[in-house]
Amino acid sequence: MALENLAASALCVFAKLLTGVRAVWRGSVPDARQRVYFANHRSHGDFVLIWASLPPSLRRRTRPVAGADYWRASALRRYIADRVFRGVLIGRKPSRHQANPVELMGAALADGDSLIIFPEGTRNLGDTLLPFKSGIYHLAKAHPEIELVPVWIENLGRVMPKGTFVPAPLLCSLTFGQALNLTLGEARDDFLIRARESLLTLAPPAE
Amino acid sequence: MDLSDTLFAVFGGIFAVLVFASVIGAVLKYRLASDASHSVIDNLNARINAWWAMILLIGGAIWIGKGGVIALFAFISFQSLREFISLTHTRRGDHRVLLWIFFFFLPLQYYLIVIDWYGLFSILIPVYAFLLLPISASLGSDTTRFLERAAKVQWGLMICVYCLSHVPALLTLDIPGYAERNVLLILFLILTVQSSDVFQYVWGKLLGKHKISVAISPSKTLEGLIGGVLTSTAVGATLWWITPFNPWQAGLIALIINIMGFFGGFVLSAIKRDRGVKDWGSMIEGHGGMLDRVDSICFSAPIFFHIVRYWWVQ
Repeated sequence: MALENLAASALCVFAKLLTGVRAVWRGSVPDARQRVYFANHRSHGDFVLIWASLPPSLRRRTRPVAGADYWRASALRRYIADRVFRGVLIGRKPSRHQANPVELMGAALADGDSLIIFPEGTRNLGDTLLPFKSGIYHLAKAHPEIELVPVWIENLGRVMPKGTFVPAPLLCSLTFGQALNLTLGEARDDFLIRARESLLTLAPPAE
Repeated sequence: MDLSDTLFAVFGGIFAVLVFASVIGAVLKYRLASDASHSVIDNLNARINAWWAMILLIGGAIWIGKGGVIALFAFISFQSLREFISLTHTRRGDHRVLLWIFFFFLPLQYYLIVIDWYGLFSILIPVYAFLLLPISASLGSDTTRFLERAAKVQWGLMICVYCLSHVPALLTLDIPGYAERNVLLILFLILTVQSSDVFQYVWGKLLGKHKISVAISPSKTLEGLIGGVLTSTAVGATLWWITPFNPWQAGLIALIINIMGFFGGFVLSAIKRDRGVKDWGSMIEGHGGMLDRVDSICFSAPIFFHIVRYWWVQ
């Protein structure tokens, strides 16, 4: 356990030095309430940056949700995902052999942990935010008491775009927005659009 | 006076002024806002603390020697360029270009100062980076806003690396009768231009009425500009004894670099407003980024370098 904590601290320090990351809490505050953080997804490092920006006491109770295909691909990745970050790894292709992703996430919530999710479902290589997958709706419906906090990640996709190996030392910022909940009787598509809008309002104006 | 005596005198004077300013800041805080936050006083104290940090960093670099000064400005360039490019639109096809500017052109520009190769130093970025970076970008096969992306990267590299590198390049100038004292030229430049920023702020707060351009900067006033530039021109003139200039030359040069420094801040403010941000970064708490602190130096350093090189170097 000590080694995992050390590895986690080292990764956080590295991520902060490389990206000079600055966390802006706009509309919510970092407190111990159980939450689901949802963010735009540009890079495999996204959850590391969110995780590193949380106060250490919240970090220990916050688990990233990540794609099993990528994070189970090598022993090192498995170690980082399972042991260091205690990630909730989900299969992205539905299959009968794997547990239902929403149930996996629900189990983590039932243990009292917070989650970090990326509702676009995949790393986004374009310029606009993709439509959200329905997982966040099912999660919100199954756990209406837990608040959903949008987190806009700016610039990390430029530090290390897909297919590159050397990071560019650009500055990143995270903006934590106002929490939202599923309202009574809200339709799936309405909620997905509302959640996506709440994330988009945190993005800096397009150039 | 030999060099170390002069340095002691200059730094002693700066420390005396800063101690005085810190005491005033503390008294104001105690008298007027001991338990509440007061934006003007808190900002004043933050500025004084930033000055302490700046002076201690420069003093440390000078104490280490030529390498220390070059390394300090290389770091300032790196941080400024980071802030500039972070707020600039680039695309995935520009990733190689970004690696070239951060890890090749920036270190090479400063290495050329170390080995004193002025010929290449003066054309590396305006000619070679200018031609090679768009080639690298074109290999990214993305034509969207191509010219705009290439132009912005080049502009950032010019301001943050090329222009700033003229500060440590002052160390390479060979001035008759001024051997080993070039580091004092750096102090002259920085003290004059940075004190101009302070005096513009003070005069603007005291007398400021006529805004120069509301669209660009709500805090820059004509009264602040004139009062600040004239006061720090007087500072420059009284520092003549650390330079190879006589008093009126020192004053005239101070006037020129103060005006350039003012417009450095003005031009970079215009870019910030266009991007919808107040500061380039958040490196110093409550103080914006590195580029916010050195914008006036970026614009004045090359001009100062050329004046000295043209009229004082043989």
